[in-house]
Amino acid sequence: MARAVTSEPGIFGARQYYQNVEIPSIDARGLETRELNDQLRELMLSGGKRVQITNVCGQRYIGTRLYTPEHLEMEIEIFGTPGNDLAAFLYGHHKITVHGNAQDGVGNTMDDGEVVIDGRAGDVLGFSMRGGEIYVREGCGYRTALHMKEYDGKRPVLVVGGTSQDFLGEYMAGGIVIILDMEVQSHKANFIGTGMHGGVIYLRGDVDQSQVGDQVEISPVDEADRTVLDDYVSRFLERFPEVEKRKYEILNSQFVKLAPRSKRPYSDLYAY
Amino acid sequence: MGFEIIMPRIRRELYNKEICACSIFGAMNQGGERVSASGVMKAIANMRVRGNGLGGGFAAYGIYPDYKDYYAFHLMFTGKSPQAKQEAKLELEDFLSSRFDVVNDEEIPHDDEVKLRDPPLVWRYFVLPKEGWDDSGIVPSEGDYIADQIMAVNAGIDNAYVFSSGKNMGCFKGVGYPEEVGEYFMLDRMYRAHTWTAHGRFPTNTRAWWGGAHPFSLLDTTVVHNGEVSSYGTNRWYLEMYGYACTLQTDTEVIAYAADLLMRRQKLPLEVVAKILAPPIWNSIDRLPEKERKLLTTLRMVYGPLLMNGPFAVIIGTTGRMIGLTDRIRLRPITAATRGETFYISSEEASIRLISPELDRVWTPNGGEPVVAELKSTKKVLI
Repeated sequence: MARAVTSEPGIFGARQYYQNVEIPSIDARGLETRELNDQLRELMLSGGKRVQITNVCGQRYIGTRLYTPEHLEMEIEIFGTPGNDLAAFLYGHHKITVHGNAQDGVGNTMDDGEVVIDGRAGDVLGFSMRGGEIYVREGCGYRTALHMKEYDGKRPVLVVGGTSQDFLGEYMAGGIVIILDMEVQSHKANFIGTGMHGGVIYLRGDVDQSQVGDQVEISPVDEADRTVLDDYVSRFLERFPEVEKRKYEILNSQFVKLAPRSKRPYSDLYAY
Repeated sequence: MGFEIIMPRIRRELYNKEICACSIFGAMNQGGERVSASGVMKAIANMRVRGNGLGGGFAAYGIYPDYKDYYAFHLMFTGKSPQAKQEAKLELEDFLSSRFDVVNDEEIPHDDEVKLRDPPLVWRYFVLPKEGWDDSGIVPSEGDYIADQIMAVNAGIDNAYVFSSGKNMGCFKGVGYPEEVGEYFMLDRMYRAHTWTAHGRFPTNTRAWWGGAHPFSLLDTTVVHNGEVSSYGTNRWYLEMYGYACTLQTDTEVIAYAADLLMRRQKLPLEVVAKILAPPIWNSIDRLPEKERKLLTTLRMVYGPLLMNGPFAVIIGTTGRMIGLTDRIRLRPITAATRGETFYISSEEASIRLISPELDRVWTPNGGEPVVAELKSTKKVLI
């Protein structure tokens, strides 16, 4: 009953994405951003718990209007290439899975729920994210986790299977970022954690002090860090079963922890 | 005992400019096979929300095989009335015939059914400089001679602008969404090119007019640009010393002339040009091995006024090359991809996927590092 929607050469070999025809679907071909989000919301309000959106091609803000006072939840599968700001302001326990690559701004100011990207993500991934979880199988672009934050019980989590480009964790104020570098390309990003004043970044492998901002302290991981890593790396691997067999290797690898030296790195710069 | 924090409610001024960004797209068939504009028109239209209908345009390489040895001048005559346009045209033709042999000229075909705002009269001339152009012995090359004449037209003849001037290539642009401009000039029906670049505009600092749409070009160098050149004043002042007149009221113009100066006239390798336009910051330079540090320091000293400050992503086209480049910290998006012999550069991946769902490779190049597509074969180009 399933048919292949698209195939994609990836780092783990050619991939075929299958659409289950028994799940309600929305054909996004030719739909504008607003129309797609309207249909998504209507489907949820009429009791839909799962949906597959096919032929997505650049429509933005997918999932942004799914808040309801009664906290309805929906599982959304996206086939194609969603546009910028996927899951922006995502609120409630929705789960969005992308079979393909995502563009810039995934999880912009996301509050809760889960986003899984079976491919790569663009720039400003997890920008201002304040809750929920994002899992990206491959790498991501510039300014990942820019000003990610946490408050009270809310603590966002971002796990990336590849590596990130420059300005990872810029002005980061909270949350957990884990960069697994599964392909072992080594972390080439510069300006990591510039202006960071909260939260934590774990990098598998190592990083040079010159690659991180002055505000960041690099330290080895301790037992408590290992518990956090075990937890979220396991969750990452559950979502991408084809790499599950590397679990032992990955969890036993060297990790470094990047944390801010101060909660107010620029206090000297302000005059008042 | 609880207490309440009362936030003072001050009226906040909302920023009333709609914030968006331009779209850029480029596709080169590196095997030299020429294709119609329909794919690139679809791709750029898919990023419609990045623009606002106030400018669109295309550059196409390989479109005039029958006139491949002649400079193809595309002219716009922008006067308010038909008479004013005709007067500008007469004055231009007077100027042109005194300096060039014109082998053919015609109005650039367009579809009047496509309603665009205030279209100028758009004409093309296939020309060669008249014999004796270098008698004075002071003009270094034919290209320089042509460039000088273009500057003289754009700065000296009212309402006449040369907006395209290379051989076997051409720019088409106007006020409207890019797909409308493409339909206006019937690009999907009239032309086949091995390299297409396209632009959807969201003007931020200057008014929208036909001359201000992208691409900007000089000879066969074209530029489509997303971003803002905040160093425009410095760049312009520097370029004026080399005889470039900035007359088109848009910051992107300086990138086209800088590319012409560095690549055509000074023949600098592309890697060096990229480091001039988008140099690494001093902190990064300090960490490099001595040889590179010396080179980059020298470039910043000598070419400081050509540093393009501010956020940008550009696609620079020349005959046989298509180059994608962003500012050094990639404040504007760029995605590159390949499929078979076709090389794509785009603001968004979705636009590439729309016309080529399967790709061999997709990546986002680092800030300040150029991605280059090169024409590998010219045998199909001349057919």
